Amino acid sequence: MSILGTRVVRTEDPLLLTVGGTYVDDLRVPELAGAARVTFVRSPVAHALITGIDVAAAREAPGVVAVLTVADIDDLPPPPPAPEGEPPPGSEAAPLPMGGPWAEPLLAVDRVRFVGEPVAMVLTDDTYAGEDAAELVSVDYEPLPAVVDLDAAVGGETLLFPAAGTNVAVTAGGPADGSAFDGCDVVVERTIVNQRLAPVSMEGRATAASWADGKLTVWVSTQNAQISRFIFAGAFGLDPAAIRVVAPDVGGAFGAKIGADRDAILVAWAAKHTGRAVRWVETRSENLVGMTHGRAQRQHIKIGGTRDGRILAYRNEVIQDTGAYPRMSGFLPFLTGLMASGPYDIGHVETANRVVVTNTTPISAYRGAGRPEATAAVERAVDLFAAEIGMDPAEVRRINLVPPDKFPYSSGGGAVYDSGEYVKALDQVLTAAGYEELRAEQARRRERGDPLQLGIGLASYVEITAADAAGGETAKVMVHDDGTATVYTGSSAHGQGHHTAWAMLVQGELGIPMERVTVLHGDTDLVPLGTGTYASRSLQLGGTAVHLAAVDVKEQARAVAADLLEASAPDLELDTERGVWQVRGDPASSRTWAEVAAHAGPDGLAADANFTDGQPTFPFGTHLAVVELDTETGKVALIRHVTVDDAGTVLNPLLAEGQRHGGIAQGAAQALLEEMVYDADGNPVTGTLVDYAIVTAAELPSFELLSSETPATSNPLGAKGIGEAGTIGATPAVQNAVVDAVSHLGIRHLDMPATPARVWAAINEATARTATREGQ
Amino acid sequence: MNVTVTVNGSQVEAEVPDRTLLVHFLRDVAGLTATNIGCDTSSCGACTVLLDGRSVKSCTMLAAQADGRSVVTLEGLADGDGELHAVQRAFRAEHGLQCGFCTPGMVMAAVSLLSENPDPSEAEVRTALEGNLCRCTGYHNIVRAVLAAAGERGGR
Repeated sequence: MSILGTRVVRTEDPLLLTVGGTYVDDLRVPELAGAARVTFVRSPVAHALITGIDVAAAREAPGVVAVLTVADIDDLPPPPPAPEGEPPPGSEAAPLPMGGPWAEPLLAVDRVRFVGEPVAMVLTDDTYAGEDAAELVSVDYEPLPAVVDLDAAVGGETLLFPAAGTNVAVTAGGPADGSAFDGCDVVVERTIVNQRLAPVSMEGRATAASWADGKLTVWVSTQNAQISRFIFAGAFGLDPAAIRVVAPDVGGAFGAKIGADRDAILVAWAAKHTGRAVRWVETRSENLVGMTHGRAQRQHIKIGGTRDGRILAYRNEVIQDTGAYPRMSGFLPFLTGLMASGPYDIGHVETANRVVVTNTTPISAYRGAGRPEATAAVERAVDLFAAEIGMDPAEVRRINLVPPDKFPYSSGGGAVYDSGEYVKALDQVLTAAGYEELRAEQARRRERGDPLQLGIGLASYVEITAADAAGGETAKVMVHDDGTATVYTGSSAHGQGHHTAWAMLVQGELGIPMERVTVLHGDTDLVPLGTGTYASRSLQLGGTAVHLAAVDVKEQARAVAADLLEASAPDLELDTERGVWQVRGDPASSRTWAEVAAHAGPDGLAADANFTDGQPTFPFGTHLAVVELDTETGKVALIRHVTVDDAGTVLNPLLAEGQRHGGIAQGAAQALLEEMVYDADGNPVTGTLVDYAIVTAAELPSFELLSSETPATSNPLGAKGIGEAGTIGATPAVQNAVVDAVSHLGIRHLDMPATPARVWAAINEATARTATREGQ
Repeated sequence: MNVTVTVNGSQVEAEVPDRTLLVHFLRDVAGLTATNIGCDTSSCGACTVLLDGRSVKSCTMLAAQADGRSVVTLEGLADGDGELHAVQRAFRAEHGLQCGFCTPGMVMAAVSLLSENPDPSEAEVRTALEGNLCRCTGYHNIVRAVLAAAGERGGR
């Protein structure tokens, strides 16, 4: 029986469970012996002119190696000129930092634009000395009004980039004339907020670097070693061949470690500039303002249809807060627009967005990156529509989901969905959850005025994974004369289990037991070309590349084995159970992989693959959340969460489920707990883990996962991406459940997160409204 | 000041600055890097170790406070023959870890829990692990792993 599709425990775990991973701070390589510690001096104000920096006292402090400001950056090439005009919104490439008047400096030049912006760097012999010396750097700030509110940003009274003449970095889509909604019996519209979140990978950002003999080596906690190498090469004007980037173990990333950001570039520059090896590991307080945030959209949604439940038109108009620098330009709201209509067959779909800068931490990808925002909007819209026409939200979904005979389906948002069984996923979840009984229990609690009300929330979704599939992914598979194999992959792991998965693919194709397969990634000396991990692309692109390389090696081996056995190649077969080559039907003739590899000649058995033929794939599913809401305190508890997440053919259910679990927790956390909050002056008020409410084990139930596999048609593994399904499906399901729990009080919407204070206030307001009406 | 701590059964003695945190003593003096630092507010539990058999957050105490006492880190959990602790085995079998960063602290917190309550309910496991944050697993398989380890150890 093939190992593919089975529950295989991870090859990564024995080390992680005995001596721990080797993250950047754990590296004890000779090049980093005696590395200086980097401590950043960051802006404590959101918007100000810098009128002076005095580093004299810091330079004299004990243990200080160097104190660096923008004045010391005299050895870098100027950044490449920006293209004229606005960049096209949402090119399907990786991050798109905008240049020209929007350019982001490395260290602040004469102005800071967010709390946490790097202003100076202190290099010291040890960490504690760095914290002391950083406090001695004196920076004179002349405060400017902070732009935090989105309307103020659009209004443009205060500009972050005066040379740009506006705070609106990107505009896409036009104003609506409303004609799309002609013919609708019912139209509902509302402004909703998809709040700003902090990714909070458990390991924050970290970079170490050494410069020796004209070669720069950078160890960086990144999702993309190869992309990082090109970023460093561009920043330093170096030949990429003079740079080695290593991604050691990475303690979580969630989109916020794509490539290398300005802090990482600065650390690498400090090594090159001073000649001393350096290491920077950010603190959590630093991480919460320095690592990019995610989401941060305000959406105006409008939905219309017939009284019998058919949705005819939908519009989602987005204002994307991009923070102080438009690092992703229009990409996130572009994806929100592309996936706007979700899994529904809607005749008229309109999208528009504006991307505005504010004096806050820059926004970038966070698990889902534009798609959770699209799904949250349309799922709220569907529930608002259902409430308006008085129909069960499950029924409205069933009526409007794209039926299976319409695939491939061209969506109103502009995507072409490849394959799906949307209604089946909905029904599977409703049945497993016992939807009818849940509704009955809800009715009983309402009837008796139970202070603990039940809320049932649904979200059906479709998402896009490997949106940049044409960018492809690389792999190399080698079989050695001791019968072992090595896989080199351009994909990059930070917890997903790539090493296990890729070894399974090799065992499945070649019959070499996975414990004899070594997987190497994240070192540009070993794997110079590759893309890395984001957009749930790894298995469908990187895994396919491994598969193709293995198939190539197999065909090479067939010819070698034929020579060895003095048989004709077509007469040979590979017994993948025993991992031997033999003449078809003659086990006695078998030759091991070691024997075949040894016979292969000087080049051995090796094949490269670069899988670029893939297409984006469209995973889908339905989530159902059940919450208990205490009407006396406003406290909400998620008590059940049932999901179908169909991501095509599953290679390893253990890993796929793990991805779903983590995403569900992050989604539920957005719905219930998390929000990165700024005050009116641009000060972060949730800048530590005491204030920023990461979800804990105590606030979650065990999840009920159902299986469903509708193979992708665009890659030989049949795989779609699973990494982001959880945040996409769970967030609106839980939010809808919260609203559902109080809908009988006349409440139609609650923004996220559904904190006790917000829920309690809404209940109070609704109750007061009712009382006033009854008193009249 | 001079600090002597028994770490994983071996005495580690060093002259360290007074303000040295236990976690830095373990990582930089004892050279044991499994124990991670995930926050600066005692919130995340990545640095959890056993101090005289009970879990503590090693970022929240000074090395000096551990002077003369005994610390066990993840590296010291398996027995002398390398036989893994039941919690380590269960974390692998149940896929209770992904990126691995919270894992050393999470495992030590789980070991501490099971020594205090060998037969916890799911709710008790969830409450006991409240001080240990994980961003990858949604806790689902961590909870399963702890319950499985309890079962294997005859707790249930």
